[in-house]
Amino acid sequence: MLRFTLRRLFQVVPTIIVVALLIFVIFSVVPGSFATSLFSDGKHAADPEVIARLNAEFGIDKPLADRFVDYVTNLAHFDLGTSFRTRLPVIDLIADRMGASLKLAVAAMVFAVLVGVPLGFLAALRPGSILDTVTMIGAVSGLSLPQFWLGLLLMYLFALQLNWLPSFGYGDGAFSNLVLPAVTLGVTPLALLARTTRAGVLDVLNADFIRTAHSKGMSETKVVRWHVASNALVLIVTTVGLQFGSLIGQAVVIEKLFAWPGIGSLLIDSVAVRDIPVVQGTILVIVLWFLLINTAVDLIYAAIDPRIKQE
Amino acid sequence: MLKIMTLAAVLGLGTATGALAAGERHGGTLVFTAPYGASFATLDVQASPNTQEEFITQAIHRALYSWDSHQNKPVLELAESEDVSEDGTVHTYHLRKNAVFHNGKPLTADDIIYSYKRIASPKNAFPGASFIANIAGADDYIAGKVEEISGLKKIDDNTLEITFTGPINPGFPLMQNTTVIYPSNVSDETAFAKHPVGLGAFVFKEHVPGSQVVVEKFDKYYEEGKPYLDRVNIVLMEEDAARDVAFRNKEIDVSILGPTQYQAYQGEDVLKDHLLEVAEVFTRNIGFNPAFGPFKDKRVRQAINHAINTPLIIERLVKNKAYQASGWLPLSSPAFDRDAAPYAYDPEKAKALLAEAGYADGFEFEVTASPNESWGVPIVEAILPMLKKVGITVKPKPVESAALGDAVTTNNFQAFIWSNLSGPDPLNALRCYYSKTLQSACNYTSYASPEFDKLFEAAQQERDPAKQNDLLRQANNIVQDDAPVWFFNYNKAVMAYQPWIHGLVPNATELAIQPYDEIWIDDTAPASRR
Repeated sequence: MLRFTLRRLFQVVPTIIVVALLIFVIFSVVPGSFATSLFSDGKHAADPEVIARLNAEFGIDKPLADRFVDYVTNLAHFDLGTSFRTRLPVIDLIADRMGASLKLAVAAMVFAVLVGVPLGFLAALRPGSILDTVTMIGAVSGLSLPQFWLGLLLMYLFALQLNWLPSFGYGDGAFSNLVLPAVTLGVTPLALLARTTRAGVLDVLNADFIRTAHSKGMSETKVVRWHVASNALVLIVTTVGLQFGSLIGQAVVIEKLFAWPGIGSLLIDSVAVRDIPVVQGTILVIVLWFLLINTAVDLIYAAIDPRIKQE
Repeated sequence: MLKIMTLAAVLGLGTATGALAAGERHGGTLVFTAPYGASFATLDVQASPNTQEEFITQAIHRALYSWDSHQNKPVLELAESEDVSEDGTVHTYHLRKNAVFHNGKPLTADDIIYSYKRIASPKNAFPGASFIANIAGADDYIAGKVEEISGLKKIDDNTLEITFTGPINPGFPLMQNTTVIYPSNVSDETAFAKHPVGLGAFVFKEHVPGSQVVVEKFDKYYEEGKPYLDRVNIVLMEEDAARDVAFRNKEIDVSILGPTQYQAYQGEDVLKDHLLEVAEVFTRNIGFNPAFGPFKDKRVRQAINHAINTPLIIERLVKNKAYQASGWLPLSSPAFDRDAAPYAYDPEKAKALLAEAGYADGFEFEVTASPNESWGVPIVEAILPMLKKVGITVKPKPVESAALGDAVTTNNFQAFIWSNLSGPDPLNALRCYYSKTLQSACNYTSYASPEFDKLFEAAQQERDPAKQNDLLRQANNIVQDDAPVWFFNYNKAVMAYQPWIHGLVPNATELAIQPYDEIWIDDTAPASRR
């Protein structure tokens, strides 16, 4: 198990290196710079001296090769650099936002798992029933609804019409502020989990060992609990892992809509003003998060199903 | 028509100021929205030229001058009076004796000298350095050649003498967000970015990055009886739609409206009586690059102005949240020419002008445009069929906002659509058409007119404001006739406010920025605000 764990962790390293290089290349060729972005709203006249001074201060006027060497050297020392905009260490800015992002992602995932898995399970146990039909229509809708639109709809309903919840913001970290963004973000993984769980459970229900269990006189409850649930778990855990890993990246739109202070909104603001160190750092953290969750999932289902470890 | 609109704008100001009736109530919490981004870049406002950080400045900081929205001009803020030399270059400021920083330090001339040196320091590369450059000797200091700014002289703790490079109105450069005064007794300057200390009416309490800044009443604020509010929560809300829901749900006290919301709010009885409108100091335009063949000819540029049905676009697309432009200087500028008429919509005249210029068969050009709904790609798409009628083919070249600034300041465009600062200082606004101003500075259309230059230079030397404005008015009319841009509109900013909010002012420099120390909340506010 230790060798398997180390091997999986080691595989993360080349991926991170490739992603880091890609980010550098992309943001070296996109038009626009931090200095000129300061004047892009037209509310101040451009000042070439300020632009030159800022470019010099942040090393933007250096040749690309020199900037690349600086970037790689800093990364090798686990230094994500200093933000152009705030002049604070990028790692501090990300750390300030990570808590809110994790809180949102965890809440969305908990909501998705608590609702999606039981629904998928029940739908599979009663295929063709009203519950199954409604669940699947809901799942397709959940997958196809634009999150931005869904968020506005929930705001309108639960904040404006019913006045049950605040429509935006982090507040003082209260649960009520978390509900709407978490539900909006959780709907897509919920729909995916419901469909996956249903498909996984149906697959297992048709397996030979389930028929054998039934023919041995085992009760329906025991069959479901001991055989169906445990065998469908691998697929469910995989889906949960993949979705959880990508939630922080997906939350960009939700954070912007609900004025939620996570790293998604930090990323958007930083892209808009070409605060390249923050963009690079934030994307790296999101990718690293995805890879680590994936690795954790690999390890979990290696534990659930030893055949995977052997492969 | 323009006269009617001007009158309406002035009436709008009257209505807004009328809301400042007596009966101010102390206490309560104002929930104010900062709509220009999902975060504050920094709390060290001297380092940031962004409008977003001005929300913090208004609460926490003060500059030597401030903008008086009622008089529509800069006024002394940290000085009780000033003496000005005969040639207008030396100003002696008698500072307020009761102004105290939030860390307990009384304001002295040393703080102003320290702040201006910090802003202009070559080590910092702060955007406000260009404002400090108006002080004699600042250029050498910015270039790192000298240790002191020769034009800054402390007479005593409460008296400061500043020598400027010319007879300018120092109020404009020294009222800026980036020229506020910090205390000189803070040893670690990096602390300003995390825990700002100023002279303003409110003390910094908390910053939740990406969410809000909270400030609380400063008991030692120098204006007696102010501020009225106990607390201001400045919340970040960039999304229009989300802001709309929050405003209707009474979670926020003010909201800046876009064109669509403006139209919707005007149609609702509950909302329409609480809209504050002002003609801001921004001119939306399409700038023509004279390096592109057809735009060398003034008749082509004039033809484009005649070919576009500007009032129709303002009505249908901008939902009347703008005033048609009749030149570069906006309605709220003291040098605005109330007798000047906008270019008339006249496609036949446009065709004739194009034929005279040798472009009877038309030509094709591209417009670099950001996605902005009021001065971006949607507007370019609206003018496509209008220009097609006179034989001109327009191609939008969509770019991100950050890339727009880059394209324009590097002269890498045939035409661009933008919203540019055109006030409040008419001299500074028209500097962008002075031939000695660099293209990369703000002379984006590489405009050069000896006639204009002569008037502009005369205005620079003129100390009588009325005569100076008259010269600038004439210069503005030359620009209008030369049509280096398509004169689209002057922005009408609109703020919706809750009925319990009082003291908002028609700030033409940026309506979203309000003096929190003037604002008060009445008894009809929800319990959470009272």
